[in-house]
Amino acid sequence: MLNPGPNPPIAPVPAKFGQQDLIRRSASSVTPPAERQTEVAKLIDVSKCIGCKACQAACLEWNNLHEEVGTFNGSYTNPPDLTPASFTLMRFTEWVNPETDNLEWLIRKDGCMHCEDPGCLKACPAPGAIVQYSNGIVDFDHDKCIGCGYCVKGCPFNIPRISKVDNKAYKCTLCSDRVAVGQWPACAKACPTQAISFGSKADMKAHAAERIVDLKSRGYKTAGLYDPPGVGGTHVMYVLQHADKPSIYAGLPDNPRISPIVEAWKGVTKYVGMGVMGFAAVAGVFHYLVAGANKVSPEDEANAEKLTKGDRS
Amino acid sequence: MTAYDVEPGDGVHPGKPVTVDRYTLAARINHWITAISLVLLALSGLSLFTPSLFFLTALFGGGQWTRAIHPWLGVVLFFSFGILFIRFWRANLWRSEDNTWLTRIRDVLLGHEERLPELGKYNAGQKFVFWGMSFLILVLIASGIVVWDQYFYAFTSIEQKRIAVLVHSLAAVAIICVWIIHVYAAIWVKGTMNAMTRGQVTGGWAWRHHRKWLRELVAGKRDTAGTPRTPAE
Repeated sequence: MLNPGPNPPIAPVPAKFGQQDLIRRSASSVTPPAERQTEVAKLIDVSKCIGCKACQAACLEWNNLHEEVGTFNGSYTNPPDLTPASFTLMRFTEWVNPETDNLEWLIRKDGCMHCEDPGCLKACPAPGAIVQYSNGIVDFDHDKCIGCGYCVKGCPFNIPRISKVDNKAYKCTLCSDRVAVGQWPACAKACPTQAISFGSKADMKAHAAERIVDLKSRGYKTAGLYDPPGVGGTHVMYVLQHADKPSIYAGLPDNPRISPIVEAWKGVTKYVGMGVMGFAAVAGVFHYLVAGANKVSPEDEANAEKLTKGDRS
Repeated sequence: MTAYDVEPGDGVHPGKPVTVDRYTLAARINHWITAISLVLLALSGLSLFTPSLFFLTALFGGGQWTRAIHPWLGVVLFFSFGILFIRFWRANLWRSEDNTWLTRIRDVLLGHEERLPELGKYNAGQKFVFWGMSFLILVLIASGIVVWDQYFYAFTSIEQKRIAVLVHSLAAVAIICVWIIHVYAAIWVKGTMNAMTRGQVTGGWAWRHHRKWLRELVAGKRDTAGTPRTPAE
């Protein structure tokens, strides 16, 4: 059992991290700080989740979000998908385990994974609209967001959503404002079973290891940690009962990575494209210098006059 | 029956120098609307293509405005070019002399017009620009709609959007190169710009670059002059 999350400080405290701790900044370069902060992580133990949605409610409340009243779609998953107002969403899957023929109710808390190698940030064209702090938090700066939706294409987990109200991208911030003053994210604080815990990434991995040993002793032979290496690991991790097939958990990607199409678009296309356009322009200048202007000669004019005179006669 | 490459409004006026009507006022307005929208599209598109050109968003009132206005400029370009296409496609059909012109591209680049075949209203280079623009604009509008999230987000998957945005940027690079060729040729070949500004070129220009077209105009005029209903000059 972990200690409960700390209560808010009574006196104001300075933020633990800020602009000086950026290790990545979209469409621009930053000088990374000499020393990296302790990497943080949120651990979501799917096996301990009871599906109460306290995390969803806490997220709405802390972030002052107002979800529209929806309709029933035949599932506890509500709203049916992440929205600009729902940064996190409990996804309910009814899965029949083929080995035991038991129905298993898999409840996964979906939301931003805070990738170590963030596809959203790499796709973003607006300088500083997406930043990554040295503690691993990937955050959006809405003042700089232009609403192009490139982050949606860059994300391997289909997380960011563009608001129809202000045309800006929204997703989980890992409660960067709370973490900055030593608090747990609102969802972790609200979770009644500690299915969501928060701390240093190392501590969370250690805690996950204990949980996995426990799950294996209960017959979940393939229990394991979801910290996908394809995106350099994530700062939101899952303990899964069936870690060998993440996709049964409402489509959690088995091997997430930044799409090679996005890599090609943001990498070679950008540099080769600029090169080719630059070459075309320079070639024009050189041709003009070498070949000179193509001028109409007096003979051409005379020939035209002769031709049209023939017309008159 | 006029030749395939003689467009409505083309005509020749004897004199010193001879003047030739090449583009009607409507065609010129049509061309410049297309041109302005293409330039604005290139500027706004490039600003989102590479961070080093993001500062260009300032021309459009910031990033949000650039993102919002770019697709609408694309719609203007698409329809404006569509009308231009209807005007010009016939005269841009490929002819046998275009192959000869292409094989002598060296003489073209060195300005040895005397070694080139007599050409209709457009040479192979101009036809390449015309068909290149036509094809690329189709690719750009199609891929652009796929990534126009404000109105068309729900119609395609994220994977399709990824492909579309890559295709869109590749086609954009290609069309900017075609545009550079187009503008450079107009600067390099003196007397060309007048065709799109004032609508006229000199007889010498037509003789040098599009002699077949000039001969057809002169012959057409002779035919018309021969018919009794047309008043004599």
